[in-house]
Amino acid sequence: MDATNIWLAIAVMASVTYAIRMLPLVILKREITEPHVRAFLHYVPYATLTAMTIPAAILDAPTLLAGLVGVSVAVLLALWRVSLVLVAAIASLAVWLVEVLL
Amino acid sequence: MNRTFLRQLITFFQGMYAGIPIGLGYFAVSFAFGIQARAAGLSAFQAFLLSGTNLTSAGQFAGLAVIQSAGALATLALTQVVINLRYCLMSCALSQKLDPQTPFFHRFLMACGVTDEIFGVSISVRGRLSPYYLYGQTVVAWPGWAFGTLSGALAGNILPDSVTAALGMALYGMFVAIVVPAAKQDRKILLVVLAAALLSLIFYYTPVLSTISAGTRIILVTFLTAGTAAFLFPMNPTKEASHGRN
Repeated sequence: MDATNIWLAIAVMASVTYAIRMLPLVILKREITEPHVRAFLHYVPYATLTAMTIPAAILDAPTLLAGLVGVSVAVLLALWRVSLVLVAAIASLAVWLVEVLL
Repeated sequence: MNRTFLRQLITFFQGMYAGIPIGLGYFAVSFAFGIQARAAGLSAFQAFLLSGTNLTSAGQFAGLAVIQSAGALATLALTQVVINLRYCLMSCALSQKLDPQTPFFHRFLMACGVTDEIFGVSISVRGRLSPYYLYGQTVVAWPGWAFGTLSGALAGNILPDSVTAALGMALYGMFVAIVVPAAKQDRKILLVVLAAALLSLIFYYTPVLSTISAGTRIILVTFLTAGTAAFLFPMNPTKEASHGRN
């Protein structure tokens, strides 16, 4: 079975995601104390988001230059702690400018 | 109207107020998602349904990649588990913040609204968390995400190609905005991020490894880097588990 049946794919994604959110709330009465498990859960989002962004963000952009500029702008703004929405908007604008002007 | 009901109603409205910036941000980002969902072959309604039932950026985005590459349903499920594993941690934290007497139906219902942003706002309240505060945020944030997607899916076609292509950077920009401040603040996270970036590039450009699908690559990179980091730097329960922006 593959994910070409989009209705089925949506159902699978929704059920899995809901289960992940619901189970700890319903089951867990004590805090997780095992240091390795805690650390793993702590590092997972950063590893995942990085693997999703590199190299896809650069390669999915219209040109390699536009992709590099977009990601660089995003990183610089994020270093200055600009808000999430503004980082997304300005990075997109930078990609568009490189695309239109160059 | 009795006092308890009135208090719950006020808490609900306070949650709605806190949810306004979240909903606006969601609209902008999910607009880009809607465009990409159409490009991946989903109808506008399917894109709306996907956003309405999932309410997660990174997971949906990775899901699109699996759908587009006609990956196995098992791969799709595993991708969701790995990418959305952070919600497990957030729900664990939220469960500690609830009144232990909170009935089960609240716990089942609350789970629908556990996102990075709603978690960030909810975990920062003083004392116990009322489910109604989370519901208030959810009813404002959910339409932003679902209807932003629908708008993107419908309007994506009438926008010029250059704008559509540029909007693709919006989601990545959001990921960068989550990762970079945390990496700046914590050297261990910085190491995880650099290792994940390097490993992902190695996977992508090494001849045999490059045949691995995007979804599987993300899972492998996550397990290898977060697993190594967990082995090297275990976290004691007393340490605060939240970093950067949530």
